[in-house]
Amino acid sequence: MSLLEVRNLTTAFQTGSGEIAAVEDVAFDLNPGEILGIVGESGSGKSVTALTIMGLLPRPPARVAAGSVHFDGEDLTHLSDRRMQHIRGPGIAMVFQEPMTSLNPVFTIGNQIMETIRAHERLPQRALFARAVEMLEKVGIASAARRMADYPHQLSGGQRQRVMLAIALVCRPRVLIADEPTTALDVTIQAQILDLMLDLRDEFGMAIVLITHNMGVIAETADRVIVMYAGRIVEEAPVAALFDNPRHPYTRGLLECVPSLTTERERLIAIPGTLPEPMRRPPGCRFAPRCRFAAPICSESIPALTEQGPGHTAACFRIAELPAV
Amino acid sequence: MPIMLIVSLIAFGMIHLIPGDPAIAIAGMSATAEQIANIRHDLGLDRPLLTQLWRWYANLATGDLGRSLLLGQPVVQVMLQRLPVTLALAAYALVLTLAIGLTSGIVAALRQNTWVDQVAMVVAMLGISLPNFYLGLLMIVLFAVDLRWLPTGGYIAFTADPLGWLATSTMPAISQALLLAGLLARITRSTMLEVLRQDYIRTARAKGLSNGRVVLKHALANALIPITTVVGIVVSLLISGSVVTETLFSIPGVGQLLTQAVLNRDYPMVQGGLLIVTGLLVVVNILVDVCYALLDPRVRYDGA
Repeated sequence: MSLLEVRNLTTAFQTGSGEIAAVEDVAFDLNPGEILGIVGESGSGKSVTALTIMGLLPRPPARVAAGSVHFDGEDLTHLSDRRMQHIRGPGIAMVFQEPMTSLNPVFTIGNQIMETIRAHERLPQRALFARAVEMLEKVGIASAARRMADYPHQLSGGQRQRVMLAIALVCRPRVLIADEPTTALDVTIQAQILDLMLDLRDEFGMAIVLITHNMGVIAETADRVIVMYAGRIVEEAPVAALFDNPRHPYTRGLLECVPSLTTERERLIAIPGTLPEPMRRPPGCRFAPRCRFAAPICSESIPALTEQGPGHTAACFRIAELPAV
Repeated sequence: MPIMLIVSLIAFGMIHLIPGDPAIAIAGMSATAEQIANIRHDLGLDRPLLTQLWRWYANLATGDLGRSLLLGQPVVQVMLQRLPVTLALAAYALVLTLAIGLTSGIVAALRQNTWVDQVAMVVAMLGISLPNFYLGLLMIVLFAVDLRWLPTGGYIAFTADPLGWLATSTMPAISQALLLAGLLARITRSTMLEVLRQDYIRTARAKGLSNGRVVLKHALANALIPITTVVGIVVSLLISGSVVTETLFSIPGVGQLLTQAVLNRDYPMVQGGLLIVTGLLVVVNILVDVCYALLDPRVRYDGA
């Protein structure tokens, strides 16, 4: 049985011009120890999906309009606040994109780590401190015991993201959701943080949902990948299958956007156009207006995900007619 | 220090510029011109203004603020008698302001755009818009004259009779606090709304903290930084507002003292009193700065 089962999840926001679905009909499973990548452009619904799972979207205006999120046999979309507080931390933990603003500036990092443990376990002060220091060491903060008294502004961006990881992992979560954890960091620091996450996955045996728009990050870390476009899943595949044999035209476009050292090209190929705003999404396939292969049928109805191989699905009417990669 | 110098100059200039003569007040209505001239000479009021200013500063340098022309006592001594009254009242009003302002501001922010929020903000707006002397008059009419719950005015020292102090201070304190609580509630609400949107609040929720901890620890600790600025202003307004409140409720504090001094052209009393009050406000501002350093670890002072 899967650890996390997301089924037909639709998250809608109340706006001045009516209710708008930011995420529609999203479904996926997450198995213990697995790293699931979610890719897509900004605004494709990756973060909203993650925040819906965590129950962190402000309600109102947000609302789970349909579907369920089952974790450990419980539907998280119907839990009380109090019950959900027990899940956040030891059950599912989350790391955010912006390390510079995600830590509270007026409390020491020691305070912020220890308070996480205290929210879920009864421990004497000494044990709390020791556990926090141990976690800081695990995420690679040097002379951790002394850094406990530091405030966030005394740390660099990379160190702050390490502290965020320490906060997320200190209660040994079974699922870690990492929302663009390295986007705001320097490239060398990015690699360090990703390596750290992989090491800690091995040590703690947790599953990771890794949200990113960086195909390189996906290739290096993920076991399985979901590609999202305009609030819907357009393709899901094991990581090797996705890179070797992308089926959806959007996935192909994304992969062509990645600069390559081995092929000689004068310019990068960009996907023409921009992601439609949620209120102006086209009828039918959301990608049709930007798609090279669009046919009349594409703007009539929304294509369903169809089997393309073992564990590989894609949502496109024209897959059979697409040229080979 | 430069502030004190400027204030002393302004205080001196203003009180000497307005027409009127303390000698008349001292001598009484039936005094002859000769008697008045004698008094003026004794007090040194017949000398050129610059000489008077110089003599005042020379005395200031030795720590002598002079004597009140009317009361005959040293200015410092009179101020020391009156200050505790004003400060006790200000402290009472400040406690009320903080209790009402912070609570309603936080609740309004948490219940943004609900009826709770709207009622709180309408009441706050009313509090800000009602002149406090008018509010004070209404309260006297209702609670003192009609219901006879509280005295119309007067003052009993806390040290003499705590309950009596409470009875005489409650209306003056409330009439001041409602206005300032309205101000504080609005600032608290907007600051809390701003803080609650921050990423670190989402982090705090993601850790599995309870709503109470998220709001009272993570949000409030950050909101208090801008709120402290407003509290500093509130304290200044409480002290300057004592002029109106103490006159209205016949409370023998600094406000009433200075009002009388101005009306009687008691030059040394006005100048010295204003100087002391200014010094007090400077201290309040220093305290606010100290609070910043305590509340916000990013603020660092040299040598601290």
